[in-house]
Amino acid sequence: MGRRLNAALVAGSVAAAVAAGLATVASAGTRVGLLLPKSGVYAALGQEIDDGFVMALEESGMAGNFPIVREDTEVKPPVGVAKARKLVLQDEVDVIVGIVSSGVLGAVRDFIHESRVPLIVANAGNDDATGAACSRYIVRVSFSNAQVNRPMGPWMAAQGIRKVYTLAPDYKAGHDMIDAFTRTFTEAGGEVIGSDYTPFQKTQDFGPYLTKAKAADPDAIFVFYAGGEAISFVKQYDSFGIKADIPLYGSGFLTSPLYVNAQGPAAAGVIGSLHFVPTLDTPEARVFVESFKARFGHTPSEYAVQGYDAGRVLVEAIKSGASDRESIAAALPKTSYTSPRGPVSIDPATNNIVQNIYIFETVAEGDALTQKVLGVVENVQDPPNGCTL
Amino acid sequence: MSGGIDFWTTQVLNGLQLSMLLFLLSIGLTVIFGLLHFVNLAHGALYMLGAYVGVSAASALGSFWAALAAGPAAVTLIGIALYLALIRRMRRAGPMNQVLVTFGLIFVIVDVVRIVWGDVALGLEQPAMLSGPVEFLGVSYPAYRVFVIATGLAVMAGLSLLLNRTQIGAMIRAGVENDAMAACLGIDVERLFFIVFCVGCALAGLAGVIAAPVFSATPDMGTAILIPTLIVVVIGGLGSLNGAILGSMIVGFIQTFGAVVTPGLASVMVYLLLAAVLIARPEGLLPARG
Repeated sequence: MGRRLNAALVAGSVAAAVAAGLATVASAGTRVGLLLPKSGVYAALGQEIDDGFVMALEESGMAGNFPIVREDTEVKPPVGVAKARKLVLQDEVDVIVGIVSSGVLGAVRDFIHESRVPLIVANAGNDDATGAACSRYIVRVSFSNAQVNRPMGPWMAAQGIRKVYTLAPDYKAGHDMIDAFTRTFTEAGGEVIGSDYTPFQKTQDFGPYLTKAKAADPDAIFVFYAGGEAISFVKQYDSFGIKADIPLYGSGFLTSPLYVNAQGPAAAGVIGSLHFVPTLDTPEARVFVESFKARFGHTPSEYAVQGYDAGRVLVEAIKSGASDRESIAAALPKTSYTSPRGPVSIDPATNNIVQNIYIFETVAEGDALTQKVLGVVENVQDPPNGCTL
Repeated sequence: MSGGIDFWTTQVLNGLQLSMLLFLLSIGLTVIFGLLHFVNLAHGALYMLGAYVGVSAASALGSFWAALAAGPAAVTLIGIALYLALIRRMRRAGPMNQVLVTFGLIFVIVDVVRIVWGDVALGLEQPAMLSGPVEFLGVSYPAYRVFVIATGLAVMAGLSLLLNRTQIGAMIRAGVENDAMAACLGIDVERLFFIVFCVGCALAGLAGVIAAPVFSATPDMGTAILIPTLIVVVIGGLGSLNGAILGSMIVGFIQTFGAVVTPGLASVMVYLLLAAVLIARPEGLLPARG
């Protein structure tokens, strides 16, 4: 017994030594700072992005060349800045990947720009990060708030919807998304007859707002909610019996595959627009969904794809010969390939991703919920909005 | 402002529903505070545990009603463990130490929940008989919300009878008024404390299960509800049932009607009221100790 234990200990220390050896070899590669929320409201999103990113590195067969330092933003701008400084000054990373919250991205922007470290944004959608406040060191592979919502205006108008009531949380992303939708919807002949912004992260009961929206008697309700608020909102919308009279539309984050099962039957019939849904019928999407399921045990969400594509553009940049901060920053915008979400490229004018936007309905299939694609708007590209790189 | 009588009836019901949830949480907190002089900031975390245990029980046993029993029972057991391990020792440690220990407990419980149940929010289906809207007071209103209001009113009535009409109620009131004198009169104050603490935990668990179908279970639900609950306790007055009733009504209705009338100020108004009460009546509107 004792001898066997000793043998195990020896084996363990040999393994540890080998692992340590590998780590030393690896540190010669490209040092990556993964800056994601690991706690707080967006912790689940952060984990999806982390998983997708790791999967892209593993697929490339170069995972060992990318030693990763992980830091938690706690979804708080001051913490995000402190952690970004730590990654750049202490860990001396070559590239930073991540950032979920628009608030954190806005806060770290100047530090990133001045310290000349490339940042691959894997979620935060604030329009001005690739608009007036753009930087040649900041490349966004996720989406911009306007990009996801603009296509919905003309599409809903084409369905004969004339009067819409909008709801969103009262913070940057909420206003960005609703503004983008309102602009294109009114241009297409529609009218927004009422609009409320609910206190962000403080609203649990949407009853008062839903009652107001129902009383205004619109043709449809258009909303942006994500995470826990999305679950509560969709369930409460259903329980008030509004579904029968007034259909629910929104930014596709509303019924993300990440939490649509927590919403249950209430989510069936909700229509949204998004840059990825796991039921896309392309070879790239099918392969991605299958291997993500095999590796992590659940269907990947749009957040997983964003992490995956952040990994892909980094790998492509390194393959093209980039090695240090300057050359990586220069190479990132030149990448283009077919992602699980369709063909993607980086807009040289803004460093924002150019991608398809899918309009999809959440439908019940037996006990599970799945996404049925109703329409595609191809190669959606943001105007420069005052960006000069 | 849009809408006729139906609109305002529905909004009153919305306010009542939120008030009842706040009441279920704040009554436990306020009586524990009033009787034990103990600040239990982890009360919100116990509410969250109730919701998560409820979700698991519902999926394991296939019934919402089983969850409604399992949630409070599990939270009471956890409360007993906490009482024996920590809270009993902290009884005489002074409010600052109690706040620090129970504040730390929040982080521990939140991380345990994240490890066991994950970061993704979980939903709890309403029982089939309570799904969909019903006709109530002339308006179409979600049946489940009527159930929440009814449960809150039932607990309110039950506690009111218990506190005002029974011997143990008299003992609790005596303990809140002056625990040293109550002990001199032969009341086993420690045992009384323990019973009250357990009931408070059970109500927190009950509130968690009841809230889960409406709000879903998330790791931040406990801290999100803690602040409104503390405001209810401070406005109503420490240790009193009537204070908890009045405070939760005021906060529930201000939040609901604030959202309807002045959405931009909805989240500020409760804090304004809190400040006003602290200036005008620092002991709360209906404190237990006159």
